[in-house]
Amino acid sequence: MEAYIYDAVRTPRGRGKADGSLHEITPMQLATQTLQALRDRTQIDTADVDDVILGCVTPVGEQGADIARVAVLNADYAQTTAGVQVNRFCASGLEAVNIAAAKVHAGEADFAIGGGVEHMSRVPMGSDGGAMAFDPAVAWHTYFAPQGIGADLIATKFGFSRTDCDAYAVESQKRAAQAWKEGRFAKTIVPVKDVIGQVVLDHDEHMRPEADMQSLGALKPSFTAMGEEMPGFDAVALLKYPELERINHVHHAGNSSGICDGAAAVLVGSKAMGEKYGLKPRARIRAMASIGSEPTIMLTGPEFIAGKLLKKSGMSKNDIDLWELNEAFASVVLRYMQALDLDHSTVNVNGGAIAFGHPLGATGAMVLGIALDELERSGKGTALVNLCIGAGMGTGTIIERI
Amino acid sequence: MTTIQFDTDADGIATLTIDVPGQSMNVIGPDFIADLSAAIDRIKSEDAIKGAVICSGKASGFMGGMDLKNMQSMLPEGSEGNMTALFEKTFVLNDLFRRLETCGKPIACAIEGTCVGGGFELALACHRRIVADDSKVQLGLPEILVGLFPGGGGSQRFPRITGVQTALMYILQGKLFRPQEALGLKVVDELVPSGNTVAAAKTWLKANPAASVQPWDQKGYRFPGGAGGFNPAFVQTFIGATAMTMKQTQRNLNGPLALLSAVYEGVTLPMDRAIRVESKYFAKVIADPQARNMVRTLFVSKQAAERGARRPKDLPKAPTKKLAMLGAGMMGAGVATVSAQAGIDVVLLDRDQAYAEKGKEHARGVLSKRLGKGMTPEKLEATLARITPTTDFAMLEGCDFVIEAVFEDTAIKAEVTKKVEAVLGADTIFGSNTSTLPITGLAHAWSKPENFIGVHFFSPVEKMPLVEIIVGEKTGPEAIAKALDYVAQIKKTPIVVNDSRGFYTSRCFGTYVQEGAELLAEGVSAPLIENVGKQLGMPVGPLAVSDEVSIELGYKVMTAAKKELGDAYVHSAADDVMTKMVEMDRMGRKNAKGYYDYPEGGKKALWPGLAETFPLAAEQPSPEAVRERLLYRQLIECARCFAEGVLETPEDGDIGAIFGWGFAPWTGGPFSHMDTVGLSKVVETLDALTAKHGPRFAPTAQMREMAASGATFYPKAEAKKAA
Repeated sequence: MEAYIYDAVRTPRGRGKADGSLHEITPMQLATQTLQALRDRTQIDTADVDDVILGCVTPVGEQGADIARVAVLNADYAQTTAGVQVNRFCASGLEAVNIAAAKVHAGEADFAIGGGVEHMSRVPMGSDGGAMAFDPAVAWHTYFAPQGIGADLIATKFGFSRTDCDAYAVESQKRAAQAWKEGRFAKTIVPVKDVIGQVVLDHDEHMRPEADMQSLGALKPSFTAMGEEMPGFDAVALLKYPELERINHVHHAGNSSGICDGAAAVLVGSKAMGEKYGLKPRARIRAMASIGSEPTIMLTGPEFIAGKLLKKSGMSKNDIDLWELNEAFASVVLRYMQALDLDHSTVNVNGGAIAFGHPLGATGAMVLGIALDELERSGKGTALVNLCIGAGMGTGTIIERI
Repeated sequence: MTTIQFDTDADGIATLTIDVPGQSMNVIGPDFIADLSAAIDRIKSEDAIKGAVICSGKASGFMGGMDLKNMQSMLPEGSEGNMTALFEKTFVLNDLFRRLETCGKPIACAIEGTCVGGGFELALACHRRIVADDSKVQLGLPEILVGLFPGGGGSQRFPRITGVQTALMYILQGKLFRPQEALGLKVVDELVPSGNTVAAAKTWLKANPAASVQPWDQKGYRFPGGAGGFNPAFVQTFIGATAMTMKQTQRNLNGPLALLSAVYEGVTLPMDRAIRVESKYFAKVIADPQARNMVRTLFVSKQAAERGARRPKDLPKAPTKKLAMLGAGMMGAGVATVSAQAGIDVVLLDRDQAYAEKGKEHARGVLSKRLGKGMTPEKLEATLARITPTTDFAMLEGCDFVIEAVFEDTAIKAEVTKKVEAVLGADTIFGSNTSTLPITGLAHAWSKPENFIGVHFFSPVEKMPLVEIIVGEKTGPEAIAKALDYVAQIKKTPIVVNDSRGFYTSRCFGTYVQEGAELLAEGVSAPLIENVGKQLGMPVGPLAVSDEVSIELGYKVMTAAKKELGDAYVHSAADDVMTKMVEMDRMGRKNAKGYYDYPEGGKKALWPGLAETFPLAAEQPSPEAVRERLLYRQLIECARCFAEGVLETPEDGDIGAIFGWGFAPWTGGPFSHMDTVGLSKVVETLDALTAKHGPRFAPTAQMREMAASGATFYPKAEAKKAA
């Protein structure tokens, strides 16, 4: 059975700090407001939504205890709608959409919602722990190094300089600013409201459109100390990459994705269900896939996921009009373009997480929404959406505008 | 009971005096375990006993650790592969110490001297640790240094006292500490003047009759600094410690990882379960040949060598009283320094008085760095006063041992040798610190070649622990005895080898450097060569070490060998690499240009011109292939030394390799490693390497015979158990 995207919404991304606009709003509210927006915009009877899948990377504290099911209840969906929280690290939001689509494919669900939520200023990244980093036997066995080391390792191994990465970041900011200026996201953004109904945020507030090579050049690399000194993760990475003399530390706050708060939700359904409500499908899911890749360099999954998706869908590179890859770090996208020989003019045309920020569990669904908006705006046909993932993975989706 | 004397005084305080017969230091063996077990039963069951103090009956100290010489006995017959049986065996000691701390009566220990390893673990299982306030006393858990980790509860009790971070810092480094430091760490409770620990222990026992429950067995015990996966500091400690340990060990050692896991998994458990987890990891570590190889070489063989295993028996001790040190360069000055420190008078002779004085100044520099660390200004001056710099050969009068470290040139050496003989006579033992010139040839200059011997030091002498004693064709037993007695005086570790070009260490070490150059010549990327060298467990990559000793030196050695051997010299690609580098004036660290660049004030980095000088091959070998070549090129040279009789024992070969040129310590040395891999597998690998890379890898006939008969370098029984 084909799965169609009927609608997609997202909150603007709030700076994930105590002075960020969304800091006072709970993650439950972010998830609730996106679910309500989806319902209100489509006017569906939520009793027809079989399941809500929400990605969340730090599901502890106020994001704990199956935030998806609780958000369903809190949003006053029918109590028959189930909810499940999933964690595929940075791709959780896209994985949630893929699961929703798979449920429709399989006939398990008629309508399903995939999305995600991450409130990084209230539930700090890493609060959920994890054996990967701190169980000695596991860290030893897998050559654990943090993702920043992996990003710098990509830059070193594939030859991207600090200047390359900074230039990419400047362009991302420029494109993001242009997109907002032209209102390209107007259709999808759901302003976040506080308890008395005031709008607390209606735009992505992490952006720095004024960033240029000079301002970025002044920033200190973020991973030098942990790499070269204490505890010396570079040495761990070089155990796996002995062909490199050293790791060049090129990433910093300005060419990496920012810490943000936000949520997103995408309504996926069968053809019949769309017809029932007179909803026009906005896109069809052509292919979905996940893959594992080398975990120490960690962030090279996207090139392999692209290959897997194209093979699965019987498409070729030239069949893809638009490429979206989450900008976790500049080197990740630069490597992706290098590996697939992509022209930057077709990749992340409206900027990405370097400008917007990266609320971990939500970003996957946000990137999908941005691709969908862009296909409609530009009249293009297909988009391949893709994210790099912790512990060495990739998750991606090909959508086709209808 | 043979190892513990059990006395009970009128107050009902039992005194357990440990005195293991036949041992200079108390060690833990089966008899001690049985005796302590019986003692615990008595303390527990006899109502008249109110508490107990444990002390040592030996002046040498409280207690060392496990009897590592008998470590093989840890393995019950036929237990290979039977991990459950091995665990039961390793758990005996843990169970014993646990019974001690839960016997229901307070136990104190009175520590008057060295208390390390299993001895310190015993102390940690006592309710009160009282130590003599004497800065000579050493305490701690050094097991990691011989390939093990504390398996008698140490990995559990230490962190429960100090917190995880501090415990890991000490145990991962095997770092020992003195009583004052121990008190600061809270791993001991009280310092009293030497000789008063037992009395202090009794006083405490009488005042604290109910203090029989360890902190960690008490309700409301809080782990210092917190523990467990929800504690951010605990988590951060393990993230950092694991990464640092991977970096330091290059993932070659089993002990440190087992320690990390035992602490990580154990510290949040009740003690009864925690010690079982520790014992399971301990069983895993000792089941691996690595532990037994490391223990044998780094502990058992090393100690035996230091105690004169290779010294001709029956010759009277011949300690050196006054040393004639010829040459005041780096080596000569270093030898003068360590000799003066050992209380030996030194005549430091050089051609130039200023140079000789400079040698003495070197000693001042070295000793000054130790001021405050056991060195006082008075001691420093007294030590320096033993060194007499001179240019006058007549000043050598009265010297009873000679060490020559002049320029590496046969003619110059011969001239100096003759001048010394004119003063001291040929009955004096003459040692040459040549690193490459055959001793038999140099001995011609001394009228009694039986009194001529090679005494090869490593640079810097103050730091390097090894001395290679080279026996020339005519060298006699008195010379060997004299040299070994001298090495014992300066507290270094000797090996004894027979004469050969480069002897044992220089010759085999050279192969590591050469294979690095061969790889470079073939277009293998320099970072790959260097990183894989480190991953193999060598201290630095072959190119880096070549820079350190200077490429020019290697070039000169090669040129000299070529000249002497003539047509017999086998040319190699490594020669071309060295020649090219020297032609480009890239001599190594000494002119800040070698395989690396040495920017002033900056970090060294591989010379970017390398790729142009030695163009990269389109296809690069796998790290495994590079590793195999760097390892086996050394192994085969060691095996040749054995076959040629340069080495007489595998112990000399293993000690010399690890302490001489830093051969991968995790192997226990090249001979332990070849035994562990198995000779037939080693020969098979060498044959394959020979087919691919040439005869420098060709196995010896002896190796083929050994492989065919299933023989090993070390005596069969031991090697079999270690496999």
